[in-house]
Amino acid sequence: MHEMGVCDGILKAAIEAATDQGAVKINSIDITVGELMQVVEESLQFAFEVLREDSMAAQAVLNVTFLPAEAHCLDCGTVFNRDLYDVKCPNCGSYLGELIQGRELRIDSIDID
Amino acid sequence: MKIDIAKGILEKNDQLADDNRALFAEKGVFVVDLMASPGAGKTSTILATIAALRDRYSIAVIEGDIASRVDAERISAHGIPAVQINTGGACHLESDMIRRAVDALDLDSLDLVIVENVGNLVCPTDFDLGEHAKVMILSVPEGDDKPRKYPGIFSVSEAIILNKYDTMSVFDFDEAAFRDSVAKLNPAAPIFPISALNYDGVDAWTTWLTGRIEAVKAGRLA
Repeated sequence: MHEMGVCDGILKAAIEAATDQGAVKINSIDITVGELMQVVEESLQFAFEVLREDSMAAQAVLNVTFLPAEAHCLDCGTVFNRDLYDVKCPNCGSYLGELIQGRELRIDSIDID
Repeated sequence: MKIDIAKGILEKNDQLADDNRALFAEKGVFVVDLMASPGAGKTSTILATIAALRDRYSIAVIEGDIASRVDAERISAHGIPAVQINTGGACHLESDMIRRAVDALDLDSLDLVIVENVGNLVCPTDFDLGEHAKVMILSVPEGDDKPRKYPGIFSVSEAIILNKYDTMSVFDFDEAAFRDSVAKLNPAAPIFPISALNYDGVDAWTTWLTGRIEAVKAGRLA
């Protein structure tokens, strides 16, 4: 399960940051996930519930914001929502697009005591 | 108290991957990460690749599996150095595992390192190992619909090997539909139909690979 590995990364980064701040408890973790990372929120929350046990994040809430895949067409300059299965520019039909968002996997902030 | 972090969740992996990349560039070794489902023919494709290139290049293989040394033993039997990584349950390789594995190899004497990732069409996609290229293998029996089901891996692969091509007549595989799906996801990626067990079609793949190996060697000399 892909989400287990992602969640392990979330917890490690959050605990490291909280420890640096001298915190004893993590209340919440805010993350941003790009659409192309193939993360299923239900699986991520399940993994989080399992992995947070016995850590300073044992009571923490995981808030997930998803970002749609967006690309910039190198031929006509259009910025468009990139289809998951077809990277074509809807304006000019070009396949020369540059991804501008959609592969994020980022911790934005944590709330700690 | 809320504190901003704004940091990649896979940042540690990505940093170590950058270290690996710098090491491979310094040594002039081309590193390819082969990804596929279990049973698609990763090890057979590696053996066919070795047979085609071993007279020209010095090659080593890093084998990633959840358990066992079966694959490394298959490679070693051909006199090629093979390092087995057992992930102990993890469904993909990460950059620190690659670093430990390359420490067991003599990079100075190598031109090509082939990494066989854990059999999986999802997780290996997201983990940068510091490799020069991710390449995937799809085998004909898996079906032509896989780019529709696993778009991520088809998007990140720089080349796609279509293995077990000789079984095309037995399976209901629509090659035109497959090529169309791949072209929509990743129009730049070449598709190499091969039959690894009898070495058919391997030349086109190894010609592509040779071009990439030579570019990295030239980069070291430049």
